[in-house]
Amino acid sequence: MANYSTNEFRSGLKVMLDGDPCSILDNEFVKPGKGQAFNRVKLRNLKTGRVLEKTFKSGESIEGADVMDMDMQYLYDDGDFWHFMEPNTFEQHQATETAVGDAKQWLKEQDTCVVTLYNGAPLSVTPPNHVELEIVETDPGLRGDTAQGGSKPAKLETGATVKVPLFLDQGDVIKVDTRTGEYQGRVKD
Amino acid sequence: MRDFFAQREVMEVDTPTLARASVTDTNIHSIAASANGDSCYLQTSPEYFMKRMLASGIGDIYYLGKVFRDGEQGSRHNPEFTLLEWYRVGWDEHQLMAEIEALIGLLLQQLDRPELAVSRISYCDCFIEAFNIDPHHCALAELQELAVNLGYPSWCNESRANCLDLLFSEKIEPKLPDGLVFVYDYPACQAALAQTKLYGDGALVSRRFEVFLNRMELANGYFELTDAAEQRQRFEEDLMARAAAQRSQVPLDNNLHQAMQAGLPSCAGVALGVDRLLMQLYGIKSIDRVLAFGWERC
Repeated sequence: MANYSTNEFRSGLKVMLDGDPCSILDNEFVKPGKGQAFNRVKLRNLKTGRVLEKTFKSGESIEGADVMDMDMQYLYDDGDFWHFMEPNTFEQHQATETAVGDAKQWLKEQDTCVVTLYNGAPLSVTPPNHVELEIVETDPGLRGDTAQGGSKPAKLETGATVKVPLFLDQGDVIKVDTRTGEYQGRVKD
Repeated sequence: MRDFFAQREVMEVDTPTLARASVTDTNIHSIAASANGDSCYLQTSPEYFMKRMLASGIGDIYYLGKVFRDGEQGSRHNPEFTLLEWYRVGWDEHQLMAEIEALIGLLLQQLDRPELAVSRISYCDCFIEAFNIDPHHCALAELQELAVNLGYPSWCNESRANCLDLLFSEKIEPKLPDGLVFVYDYPACQAALAQTKLYGDGALVSRRFEVFLNRMELANGYFELTDAAEQRQRFEEDLMARAAAQRSQVPLDNNLHQAMQAGLPSCAGVALGVDRLLMQLYGIKSIDRVLAFGWERC
């Protein structure tokens, strides 16, 4: 893998730090007028999700990480692994529960997700920003109550529970923002 | 700015931005160029030319214009920027600090901005407050340990000057008070072109100061070194340090050396980043926004 010098650090660049793949979030150039130049770098550890700050001497270089983001179709889970497929090559990848993480509650078969591969194996999964899912369990809907501000919990087909307005019923399909877990609207058939 | 200096009878001078010699400082990189078959450099500051003028007896002078530094790019850095540099003959660094305060005070007044809080603190007191260590006396190993403890393991072999810079930039500068802050008596290992003096406790410090405006480094000043032989020795040490760090060698400025041999009058000088001053005066976060064309758009 190539080495990257501090002046090549860009947001999104994937590098190895203390044995873990990290994604660079921010790179700030710091230099006292007469002094040594530094780069104050913010990175996200892609394994743990933790954000850390490191200060490098400008010009120092670190090893790049073999990390790639790929669009893949979610196929199914077999209880142990979650299976994804590259749409062009039909190559399949299996992701562990740790790699899928919180994304699993939004994964609907055939939806396209971003799978981050590290040394060829899935490291993390990012669901689409918006998903359309069916309500499988909720209190009966209050017909006509579309104006009141109240809400109730609803369980969706993928297992996630979100707050929805009172008028919605079992069998309705809704749109959810996966980044916030918030109800966005009802999807009409 | 020009009115301020005109009223105080400080003369504006223009110096070349392209010259055959350049700065030897290990951490300042000149942009190399070529003219008429000679290799030359875009100047990183007008200092050497202004000192040649001072040695010729010109008196108090200032320069307001462009300078160039390679490898400097960020929210506070642009490889080409505007510097205001001035020299006061017969003054020391504390008199010059008072004049900087007056200049910035006047600019704020003209913009109807509130007066700034002003504080003065020695480099030593900054370190005692932040780390409870004396930066002039403590062992290098102690500084390296502090740098490593901050979470930077690769700092265990760094030089004294680099460790001090790291600790200052990361832990002291962000906590400086609001307003204008003068930090004076820098360590001797960071003297550059400033005279040194001995503290009562035996510490050798440089008569160099830095000015911070709302925690942003704004200016760097000296009670100027006038001893030609000592200056020559420091330049040669710089070149050795550059060689050790595998940085490019630059020719020494013999014209400056001769001028200093002929006699540089006792004086104090300061260089102030005008783009950064504008950023602070108008509350702008990125240097790009005070430049018509920032480096990304050049």
